[in-house]
Parts: sequence; C-alpha cells; structure tokens
Amino acid sequence: MFTQTLTRRVLGSNLVDLLTGPHGVDRYTELVSPTWTQNDARARIVAVRRSTPRSVTLLLEPNDAFPGFKAGQHVNLSVDIDGRRRTRCYSPASAEGQRLLELTIGRHEGGLVSEHLYRNARPGMVVGLEKVGGDFVLPAIRPRRILLISGGSGITPVMSMLRTLIAERYDGRVTFIHYARSRDEACYHDELAEMSRVRVLHGYTRTPEHGGSARLDAGEAKLGPPREHGDLQGHFGAEHLVAAMPNPDAVYVCGPPALVTAVREQYPAAISESFVPPVFTVPADPSGGQVSFLGSTISVIDDGRTLLEQAEAAGLQPTSGCRMGICHSCTCRKTGGAVRNLITGAISTAESEDIQICVSVPVGDVEIDL
Amino acid sequence: MTQSVLEPPQTEQPQALEQAQVLNRSDLPPNLDAFGAELDALRQRVLDDLGERDADYIHRIIKAQRTLEVGGRALLFLGIIPPAWLAGTVMLGLSKILDNMEIGHNVMHGQYDWMGEPALYGKDFEWDNACPGDQWRHSHNYMHHTHTNIVGMDRDVGYGILRMSDKQPWEPYFLGNPLYAFLLMVLFQYGVAVHELETERIRAGEIGFADKKEMLLETWQKVRRQTLKDYVAFPLLSGPFAPLVFAGNMTANLMRNVWSYTIIFCGHFPDGTQEFTIEETENESRGMWYYRQILGSANLTGGKWFHIFSGNLSFQVEHHLFPDLPAHRYAEIAPQVREICERYGVPYNTGPLLKQFGSVVRKICKLALPWN
Repeated sequence: MFTQTLTRRVLGSNLVDLLTGPHGVDRYTELVSPTWTQNDARARIVAVRRSTPRSVTLLLEPNDAFPGFKAGQHVNLSVDIDGRRRTRCYSPASAEGQRLLELTIGRHEGGLVSEHLYRNARPGMVVGLEKVGGDFVLPAIRPRRILLISGGSGITPVMSMLRTLIAERYDGRVTFIHYARSRDEACYHDELAEMSRVRVLHGYTRTPEHGGSARLDAGEAKLGPPREHGDLQGHFGAEHLVAAMPNPDAVYVCGPPALVTAVREQYPAAISESFVPPVFTVPADPSGGQVSFLGSTISVIDDGRTLLEQAEAAGLQPTSGCRMGICHSCTCRKTGGAVRNLITGAISTAESEDIQICVSVPVGDVEIDL
Repeated sequence: MTQSVLEPPQTEQPQALEQAQVLNRSDLPPNLDAFGAELDALRQRVLDDLGERDADYIHRIIKAQRTLEVGGRALLFLGIIPPAWLAGTVMLGLSKILDNMEIGHNVMHGQYDWMGEPALYGKDFEWDNACPGDQWRHSHNYMHHTHTNIVGMDRDVGYGILRMSDKQPWEPYFLGNPLYAFLLMVLFQYGVAVHELETERIRAGEIGFADKKEMLLETWQKVRRQTLKDYVAFPLLSGPFAPLVFAGNMTANLMRNVWSYTIIFCGHFPDGTQEFTIEETENESRGMWYYRQILGSANLTGGKWFHIFSGNLSFQVEHHLFPDLPAHRYAEIAPQVREICERYGVPYNTGPLLKQFGSVVRKICKLALPWN
C-alpha cells in the first residue's frame, strides 16, 4: 500500500512531468501495461459471461484513475474497433464501492459497440472509462418503501441500486418489477430469485405462444416451476402496481420511453432514465435547419454555405486556415445534428464528432462547439 | 507593387487585366480538372480503407520511439563507458527524429484524427521540439501547405532569413546565405520555433518585437521546459556524469536538427522545383492547386527505414497532395500518383538524397550572389 502511494506520488510529481514532457508520464507507463495510467481512467476485463442470448456481462477491474460511481449512474465506455475509438454510455450493474465493475450490455440491431463486445470481449482486453455521471441515483437518506421498475437492458442501474441497498443492509422495503421479452432474456433472473428480502416480479412482454420456443420451455419445465408466463401479464399498467407495492415513497424507472411514460402516468414524481439511441434521418432538403454555435448565444438558419462561412457571417471568429479541408485548423466538435463534408460527400450523424467546418455544410439542425 | 498590376487605374482595360492573369497560366497542362478529380478519387480510396492497420502502425512507431528514448537516456546515465554513451546518444537522437517527423509532424497534420484517440488529436498534440505545437500548426499546416512555395506567403521559402528563390530580390544581406543556412541547420529546432516571429518583416521595419510579444512568450515557455529537461534535469539526475548526459542530449538534438533540416530542404528546393508569385496562384481551382503542390515538391528515393525516419517526407509530393492521409500510406500510393502525373504531363521530381541535397546547397550558394 505504502509503495503504491509512493509510486503514485512520484509519477504525479512535477519533476516526472518535466522529464516525460511534452507527452506526459501516462504515454510511457501505458506501454508497459495499458491500464498503468495516472490520468486516463481505464479498466481491464477480468471475466465475460453471456448469460442471455441478447446480452454480454463484463466484469471490469478499473485502475486508480477511475473515480468510482454512485448506484444508478452511467459511465462512458470506449473501445477501439478497426482502429477507431468508439464510446458508448452504460450503467454499471454492480453495487457502488466495489472493486470490480459489472456491465451488462444489451445487443442492439446493428449496434456497433454492443455487437463487437458480444462477439469479441475476452478477459485481458482493456477499455477506457470516462465521464461518470447521471442524476438517476438514490437519495443519501434512503426512502423507506422503494419501488424499482426496469425494462430490458434498463435493468442495470436498477440492479446496481438493489445490490447497493443489500450491501449496506438496508432495512426498508423494496419491490422490483422487471420486464423482459421472455424468460430467456431476463438478465439476473437467478440472482434476483435468491434475494430473499426483495420482492421481485417478472413481466414477459412476448408470451411463448408467439415466441415459438416450445422446445426450450419444455426443457425448463423439468428444471423448475414453469415461469414462462412471468408474474405479471403484458406491459406495465395500473394493475401491476397494485400487485407490486401500493404507496411507495420513491419510484425509480429505467427502460424504453413507453415504459417510463406509463409509470409516470401513475407516479408523476417517479425518477426515470431512458436510453434512446439517437436516430437521425437526413432531411431531403438540406437547407433551412437551425445552426447553433455553443459558447455563444448565436444561432442562424442554414443558408447552404459552409459552417465556417455561416459562423463568420454571424459575427463569430472561429479559428480557420486553408478553408479547403487541408490544414485542419478549423476542426470543431459537432455536438448534435448532421453535416455533410463537401469534399468526401460523407455525412456525419454521430452525436459527438470532430468535423472540419470549412468544408462542411449542415444537413438540418446542427449544434457546433466552436 | 504587384497590386498595381491587378488594379489598373483605367477601368476601360479589363481585357488587358485578364490577359495578364492568364499569361502566367498559359503553360498549364490541359485537363487539370480531370487531373484533380483523379487525385480526389485516389484520396477517397485511401480514406475508405483506413482502419486497424494504420492504427497499429502509428502505435508501433510510438512504442519504438518511447523505447528508444527511455533506453537512450538510461544508457547515457552509464555514459562513462564510451560505447554506452555513443549508443545512448544515437538512440536518443533517433527517438527525437521519430518523435518530430513520423509522429509529431504527421499527427499534428490530423492524419490520425479519424482514430478518435485523444492522445493523437492533431489539434492537441505536442512534440519534443522547441517550437510550440500551436504555432507549428499555423505556420506549417496552414501557411506552408496552403501557399506552398508562394514567395511572400510560404515562410518555408527561406525561413525569413535565406534567399531560396530568384523571385526574392537580392540585397547585400544575402551574401551571408550559406552561413545563415548552416546556422539554421545546426539550430533548426530554434529556427522553426521563431518561424512565427516573421523576422523578415521585422528586418523591413514593418513590425516590431512588441507586436510578437505573445508569440515570443509562448515560445519561451516551450523552450524553457525543453531546455530544463535536456540540459538541466536529466544531467543533474545523473550526478557526477552530468557533463556526459548534457553532451549526449546536445548531440541527440543536433542529430535531429541536421537530419530534419536536410529532409525538409530536400522537399521543396532541389533543382526542378518551382516557386510561385501571389498573382500566379490567385483564384486557383482544386486541380491547379494540386498541380502547384507537385511542381513545388520533390521526393527522395530510399529504403523502408529511410522513409520511416524521414517521417515519409521523402514522399513530399504525395504529402503535399494529401497532407492529412496517414504518411505510411504515401509509399503505397506513390506509383499511382506518378502514373496519373505521367498521363497528364505533370513533372514528378524525385531523386536520391545526395543528389537532391547537393542541388539545394548549390542553390543556397548561388542565390547569395546578386547576379543569380
């Protein structure tokens, strides 16, 4: 412990910063071991489980640069795919304060990162962890009656809350309703079944009659009580609440927008989180969108010129150079919307991406951090 | 002076003005638009193919550079043993060459921005060189690469102290051309660091040092840290061997200075490369811009390691066409660029280092004299 602290002190010192300048000490130590960094939070995958056909669970060992998280918060996970760093936001499912971080990642149709991790994640792989955040957290003074509701991969932050409450020997009452498509896809099913102090109700939104997995259901029937219909029928509704917990002090819901809306109808004060992958449809007529320049209060209506020209016409002075896509002096972070690169014709729709404003034109509404 | 040519006092002579502009372009090869489109398509093919291979390449080069650096500095601590001193110095020199050329110069061009790796962002990268990265990005990426070899705009034409083109009017000061060139070579990193000072304008009395206060302060902060590192901290850490470490570090910096100067001067000034005037290059199309980049640049022939330690600036032509493509790709596309040039009748300048550098030295000496 002492030597660890000493090593950290030395590596973080001004002298070492000078000696390793201008790159910094992390750019040297990371070559010895990729997670040996003072400033970049990273983690090594220590175990991989694929317990349902639509998800992969990673157990991560973060380095000392990882600041930790509160149950319910999310963290940006970054992974290199074909030479490109891809970052996605996930909520850990493990209890707060644990040494290992658990992420359960649901596969999306055409999801680049989730599919990559489902196929390729293996122990020893290193990932980046950045920007812990989110207000979907339990209050410091725990409510006495807590109702937790989740749908699909929205289970992870709620699971983290549950595990945290159990770890701190919470003595109030907790009920947890989880919706999945079917028994197969219900993450953490067995672990939840063993939580004796928590009332757990499962709802399956696709009944086996329609799912066509009769053979599997028959196999399960031999192993235990038939659960294929779940404890609750269909999607969330008022009758599910009566079955679960009347008059809770606090309600937390995480899942698809439809679930959050339905819960909000019953409990307007419910604290919610919803992961919706941003869907951009590129408008057929590129002109007329709203172009907002962050860091100023200025926004303009797209007139078809490059973002650089429009920014300058609005009285802003973004850094620029060649104005022809050569020198990258003008590269800015686009924080929202879609733009087209006039040289390559490529359309950037990613929510956060660096673009060259001198050769990019808006495609609909755009937000630029100059 | 040249402005008056462009803005004739008599407006009833628009015909004459047009002719004056076209005159300089009469020897342009035909079909430059198609030429530009072919080069654009080539660039796009490389962009579409970027991926893990390129990421692995730059990561391997970085690992090699850091290993050479740490190993070199460690050996210099044993500098009392002559072979250790020599090996340490050479390793550190090679590491600085890699850091500045294949890594720093190329990363700062934004060649690896597509990777999304913060440590390799072109706009943030800082190199082991006296010149602050931000100033380099302006003077090199923008001024030099956009206005390549345009006398009066591209300050790489003589670095504000040399006469590198007969388009620069001679003055007695230029009698010292070979001497200034030698000093620039030996102190190259400092020459680059004061690039933004625009010494030629200070000499002409257009601006004073006071106008450059901010730039000088920024340069001073970078130079101070670089000096503290190489000439104070590492020598002192070696205790009694301080003078040996000091000498090793100085030699390594000198190695990098001489090598990068040689490669860079071979990029734009050997026989056959051309300089341009501001008027010649007004209202250029993309094809014309590509054409000027090729006329103003020259390649060097050599083996794989020669190209790596040149930062692939030995493919100066390809670099000037596509400054933001990962440089290790230049070798792969060079035959295609050359083939396109041949088809359109565009000269492609290439030659071995000794021949090219010899012609640069001759030019430097020749242009010291008023009748050249």
